[in-house]
Amino acid sequence: MNNLYFIIPELFISLCVMFFLVLGVFKNNSSKIIFYFSCLIILVSLAINLNIKLQGKIFLFNNSYVVDDLSLFIKSIILISAFFVMFSSYNYVKVNNILKIEYPILILCSLLGMLVMISSNDLIVFYIGLELQSLALYVLACFNRDNLLSSESGLKYFVLSALSSGLLLYGCSLIYGFSNSTNFNEISQNFDFEYGVVFGMVFVIVGLAFKISAVPFHMWAPDVYQGSPTSVTVLFAILPKIAALTVFIKFLYGPFLNLFDEWQVIIIFLSIASMILGAVAAIGQKNLKRLIAYSSISHMGYALAGLTTGTNEGIQSSLIYLIIYLIMNLAFFSCLFMLKRKDKFFENIDDLSGLSKKHPILSLSFLIILFSLAGIPPLAGFFAKFYVFMAVIQKEMYFLAVVGLLATVIAAFYYLRIIKIIYFDPEQEKFDTSINFGLKFTLIFSTLIILIYFLNPNFINKYVVNILVI
Amino acid sequence: MFDIGIGHYLTLGAIIFTIGVVGIFLNRKNVIVILMSIELILLAVNINLVSFSIFLNDLSGQIFTLFILTVAAAEAAIGLAIIVVYYRNSGTIRVEEIDNLKG
Repeated sequence: MNNLYFIIPELFISLCVMFFLVLGVFKNNSSKIIFYFSCLIILVSLAINLNIKLQGKIFLFNNSYVVDDLSLFIKSIILISAFFVMFSSYNYVKVNNILKIEYPILILCSLLGMLVMISSNDLIVFYIGLELQSLALYVLACFNRDNLLSSESGLKYFVLSALSSGLLLYGCSLIYGFSNSTNFNEISQNFDFEYGVVFGMVFVIVGLAFKISAVPFHMWAPDVYQGSPTSVTVLFAILPKIAALTVFIKFLYGPFLNLFDEWQVIIIFLSIASMILGAVAAIGQKNLKRLIAYSSISHMGYALAGLTTGTNEGIQSSLIYLIIYLIMNLAFFSCLFMLKRKDKFFENIDDLSGLSKKHPILSLSFLIILFSLAGIPPLAGFFAKFYVFMAVIQKEMYFLAVVGLLATVIAAFYYLRIIKIIYFDPEQEKFDTSINFGLKFTLIFSTLIILIYFLNPNFINKYVVNILVI
Repeated sequence: MFDIGIGHYLTLGAIIFTIGVVGIFLNRKNVIVILMSIELILLAVNINLVSFSIFLNDLSGQIFTLFILTVAAAEAAIGLAIIVVYYRNSGTIRVEEIDNLKG
């Protein structure tokens, strides 16, 4: 039983969730304490996770759970970003009156689901992790329950996400039937070209594409991003996407590896469609959260492009893309949290007009982040795209690379438009300047990483180059 | 009489699954119907899994089914709760009137 050592982070989080539930019942007004304790819990499990030393792969519970380099790395990334998401959004949560004990507990639950999902090596475990994550996220999306938009976004997210889970499950059942096992290792051995199997694979890919909101399964993303509280939108934009993309890697390069030629076409289609639609549809948006939803759709297209290559370099470039994407989004949303005037948060593009006159530093960080999102050198966003395109070009898929570059150019338009509004439009009233420490720290930290990444790209890349999936 | 083989069960599963998916997209009236369609999809999956499990002589399909049943119950509970919250805010659960978010 000493193998339990490898899942201490998961055990720790689940025990803490139960403890907090009890604490919330017995102690009045404990929401603030639980919020800060949850941040602490995430840090502690991060520390435990970083301390796990691995030799190769460890299989647990009859091969249904696997701990390897990829899963450990992604777990650390997810825990770090979850910490920053909570750390930076405390003020927002408090001002909007959604600081209840359930809020941090639900975040911890979805975190637990993601960790299980990333480490799963069995269809059943994978499904349980996925549902634990999505059930918690349904509730989080409509957490501001007296707000019409928030509850509507929760309803939409629930319907479409439950549909996608259903599709995914149907695929799982076909895979189980035609490969005679629910275990990933055995599935990959018994998996050969057969119509039932290909059918199941397509269903699973569709279900996962829903989760990362790749076109044509993206329609929930803009509505849900706009309607849910901003502190939850950050979560949606970062955590489930990282987890689902990792699961994509696990599925495509695990059980489905024998069908590379079949799924490569599907992924290329998803990637191209996401890149183009994300870039084009964002042009007419007025709401910043809606805009970032389309922008994240197109970013997921680039991350998927790295997966189509079938090489370790391609997968690593996707992982680097994910990390930089999460840093950029964290920075962008920290800026969004700062647009507050008398206990009201602003989220329209017009509200930014003339920001530079009264808030030069905030506008400068907006500038850096938006340039980076658009992929302008020498910021981090450029390198993320650069690595992906290098990997794609090495496999001589020029069409994908050219379409990706064109989509980048289109996308640059709407990012630059925001910068124009910030710097050249008539100024408005001043925003509040009293900002709590967590938000300030997150913004400065992430913007600095974006800014100085080019000096030594190795300080992030060195963790990724050891991850060999194939 | 003819023997009922795995093909029949799979066809039944596929038909119920299709009814569920079509029910979500064609329904214009009531969100509760969508909830029922989601349950239909999960039931179709269960039929698939149990029949595969019997014909493959492998128990894990049935265990999977038990897990799905549990999760489906939790999902229905959360779905109903969300619908109640939405109804309190807007006073309607007609699908065509759920359009406050657009752009």
